[in-house]
Amino acid sequence: MNPASISHHLDDATLLAYAAGTLPEAFDLMVATHLSLCDVCRAAAGAFDVLGAAVTLDDAPCAQMDAGSLQSVIAHLPDMQARPLRAKPAGIIPAPLQDYIGGNLDAVRWRPIGMGVKQAILKTSGTATARLLSIPAGAAMPDHGHHGTEMTMVLDGAFRDEDAYFARGDVEIADSDVHHTPIADIGADCICLAVTDAPLQFDGVLARIWQKIIRI
Amino acid sequence: MNEPEDNRHASAPWVEEMHLIRDLHDTQAFARLFEHFAPRIKGYLIKSGADATMAEECAQDVMTTLWRKAAQFDPARASVATWIFTIARNRRIDLVRRSRRPEPEELAWGPEPEPEQSEILETQQEAAQLAEAIATLPAAQRSLIEKAYFADQTQAEIAAATGLPLGTIKSRIRLGLERLRHAMKVSE
Repeated sequence: MNPASISHHLDDATLLAYAAGTLPEAFDLMVATHLSLCDVCRAAAGAFDVLGAAVTLDDAPCAQMDAGSLQSVIAHLPDMQARPLRAKPAGIIPAPLQDYIGGNLDAVRWRPIGMGVKQAILKTSGTATARLLSIPAGAAMPDHGHHGTEMTMVLDGAFRDEDAYFARGDVEIADSDVHHTPIADIGADCICLAVTDAPLQFDGVLARIWQKIIRI
Repeated sequence: MNEPEDNRHASAPWVEEMHLIRDLHDTQAFARLFEHFAPRIKGYLIKSGADATMAEECAQDVMTTLWRKAAQFDPARASVATWIFTIARNRRIDLVRRSRRPEPEELAWGPEPEPEQSEILETQQEAAQLAEAIATLPAAQRSLIEKAYFADQTQAEIAAATGLPLGTIKSRIRLGLERLRHAMKVSE
């Protein structure tokens, strides 16, 4: 892995909300997966943790603890854990995403959604959704717009849209005004993690019916 | 027992206590941390919407976690306050969601030498400088930043929390990550 090769990063607003703990679970998953691959954003997220501590703990209102609280905690202190040595997981799926898949790429339960494209919806709480997408090399995703924010991160292969090229670790952030047609790079199938806080809108009647069936 | 407030102005506040806990299982050091941080954690949780009973329980949990994970605290990577903040924030999310928040991959830690004293000091001082910078912000800007951490809402303009020395902290953390990755490659 070469972190320097990532050229499309998460935005500060998202990293700040991740540090604050106010993102929907699907977006937390996106951030944790990206940070596993990107030291630039990992450092930025770390800086927002420092800011969070300064705002919430260093200079913030105190609430008195109950009487006997300290004694009770000391009486029940657990054994200390040794520092865990967690080995880097094998394969292309970073650890936080593996937790949601229940394994590596071979554990994904794909469902075909037409034209060779496959998806797997990952279970997250709240209204935002997370899914894995597999797009055949050289194929296009259906043209679609967005109600809300959609983030798509490449895990394997690459795709391009009208504006830019996205390879492993790159995140495309599309807001409601973006209307685009991503095309997978010809070299290999493109595997992506996509999260959105609102359903996608597909153009055309057929695409809309299709959308109902596959519940994107 | 030392006066806890004295530690706030030390060059590396509370790091000594963390080492006493880790190396000697020192409950007096733990008590000093508890007296300083537990009421602040409880205040943070109440301000984030928890009721007093829940906040009390949760603050106790956070302090218990601090004890259990004392060996994982690395003063070259975070101040004690920052580390405690991340534990408290994650605990708050656990309560709301009833599932663990997804965390980035751990950078694999080999058998690792104690961090350099200078690295520890730099990390600790930058956290302290940031806290000072926030204290001097105009009220409007300050409240914008607070909203981001206390209110359960999305934010656009808050990310423009500029004027704060976050850039230096980011570069320091990046430097630390690069060193760590380099060390991992060498040991492979």
